[in-house]
Amino acid sequence: MKNSSYGEVVNESIKKKSGSKRSFDNPRNAPYIFLMPALIFFLLFTGYPIVYSFILSLQQSEGNVTTFAGLDNYIRLFQDPIFYESLSNTLIILVLQVPIMLFFALILAVLMNSTMLKAKGFFRVAYFSPAVASLVSAAVIFLLLLNPDYGLINYLLSFIGIDKIGWLNHPVWAKISIVLVMIWRWTGYNMVILLAGMQNISNDLYEAARIDGAGKVRQFFSITIPQLKPVILFTAIVSTIGTLQLFDEPYNLTGGGPVNATTTITMYLYQNAFEYFDFEYASAIAYVVVVLIALLSFIQFKLAGDDE
Amino acid sequence: MRVSGLQKTLFYTVLILLVILTIGPYYWMLVGATNPTGNMLNTPPSFIPGDYFLENLRSLLSQIDIWRSLFNSAVTAVSFTFISGIICAAAGFAFAKYQFKGRNIIFALFLLSMMVPYQALVVPQFQLFASFNLLNSYTAIILPQIAYPFAIFLMRQNMQSIPTALIEAARIDGSSETGIFFKIVLPTMIPAIAAVSIFLFTHQWNNFLWPLITITTQDMYTLPVALATLAGLETVDYGVLMMGAAISVLPIFIAFLFLQRYFIAGIIGGSVKE
Repeated sequence: MKNSSYGEVVNESIKKKSGSKRSFDNPRNAPYIFLMPALIFFLLFTGYPIVYSFILSLQQSEGNVTTFAGLDNYIRLFQDPIFYESLSNTLIILVLQVPIMLFFALILAVLMNSTMLKAKGFFRVAYFSPAVASLVSAAVIFLLLLNPDYGLINYLLSFIGIDKIGWLNHPVWAKISIVLVMIWRWTGYNMVILLAGMQNISNDLYEAARIDGAGKVRQFFSITIPQLKPVILFTAIVSTIGTLQLFDEPYNLTGGGPVNATTTITMYLYQNAFEYFDFEYASAIAYVVVVLIALLSFIQFKLAGDDE
Repeated sequence: MRVSGLQKTLFYTVLILLVILTIGPYYWMLVGATNPTGNMLNTPPSFIPGDYFLENLRSLLSQIDIWRSLFNSAVTAVSFTFISGIICAAAGFAFAKYQFKGRNIIFALFLLSMMVPYQALVVPQFQLFASFNLLNSYTAIILPQIAYPFAIFLMRQNMQSIPTALIEAARIDGSSETGIFFKIVLPTMIPAIAAVSIFLFTHQWNNFLWPLITITTQDMYTLPVALATLAGLETVDYGVLMMGAAISVLPIFIAFLFLQRYFIAGIIGGSVKE
């Protein structure tokens, strides 16, 4: 026993255990036991739906008869003007919202990281707080704020001589309204993620730059941005995915109107599935979103360069 | 570095203006909830909370059973957090502290699934629950996202910090693997689990699309669904609507104020230095 190493003692005890009454409960089987519940639920509610949704998108049903339809749903999709409209609505909102929001989030994170700042906790909480409310309640509050005739925002704008804006019932302003609500809701959220990334940048880098005579601005572009690239990429991809899935805000703010101006892809999917009960066509739309997300994530990875 | 007084004033002015922009809508919700709708639609509107709280609450209750919705939201969010928390913690522990066949592939599958939009899953999930005759039930609201990939990811990140020596010592003392998980891992990981749990709770509390699809009767509405039906009425009574919004936002907002440190840790899976 004197010569036996620590590891052997462990192995001994493992053998003893695995040979005993609870033979399933040993280090070799344990990870599978711990993983089992998550895996079962995952396969049932995520894995199976991913596959089934694809099969569904290749089918058509009339009454109770379901037939294989090949790419018919997809062909119909590419000839559907409302699909193109919802696609372009979603992309317009994406192109407006994600860069503006990430720009503000980055600025805010820099301000929050400033040595000049007192009461960091207070500001952090205040800026993050919009992310706590559900999107439905956020939309409901903005319904009042953006009311064209009585809303506070138009009232305040009247002081600087801006005429009433038809926020929710003008095709362009309705899109802008949705972008505004999303920026309000998600900027603080992304700020916190970027802030965490900034605090992981070594102080030595900044000190060395200071000795070399680099100013604050130069430090920001030569150290902060390059070091933060993976975190920025992460927030960009997550925000892109979130925006491509946009549903709660248009559903509650505009109902997709006026005249489909804010109908997003996922709203169109919802309408087809749960208003017209065309599950097969809705599944085809879902798969277009999957491909879009994969494509845009890939492009963002490429743009970000060499990272893994 | 020296900072001039002017610079400092400018700096804080900008920051405080931004605070007004982020908190302002919540304040406006409280003003709306405590004023008659007429006051909100006046020019100028009322800027201070009024004394119309009870009247707005009463007419809200005459339109929807908001207490019932509050109860539904609480029950589903609490049970979701509890079940998902345990399941994701166990999975995270397996990924963090064991070597086993298929580990990397299974973990990659969980991560990749985060890219699949939830809407792509909704139709098959709906049909699945329909075939089990489980639509319009708490089970249906809770179950689909129980194995939450992001929570598993965060749990794994945190559990990697458990010293392997601690686990081996327990084994030598004759503890079973499940014993190790329940008696050592869970107790030492309480801060991390709390952080992820707050994230899970908020996610379920605010969940909208799936409950909207699966719930078919008014007595099963969760708060977001109840609020959405209220907003969709022909004539919108803003006082009532803001009262509903306040009831759905305030519990989670107050919890956030007390737990913000853990909350933010749950989102970024680490700590932000003061």
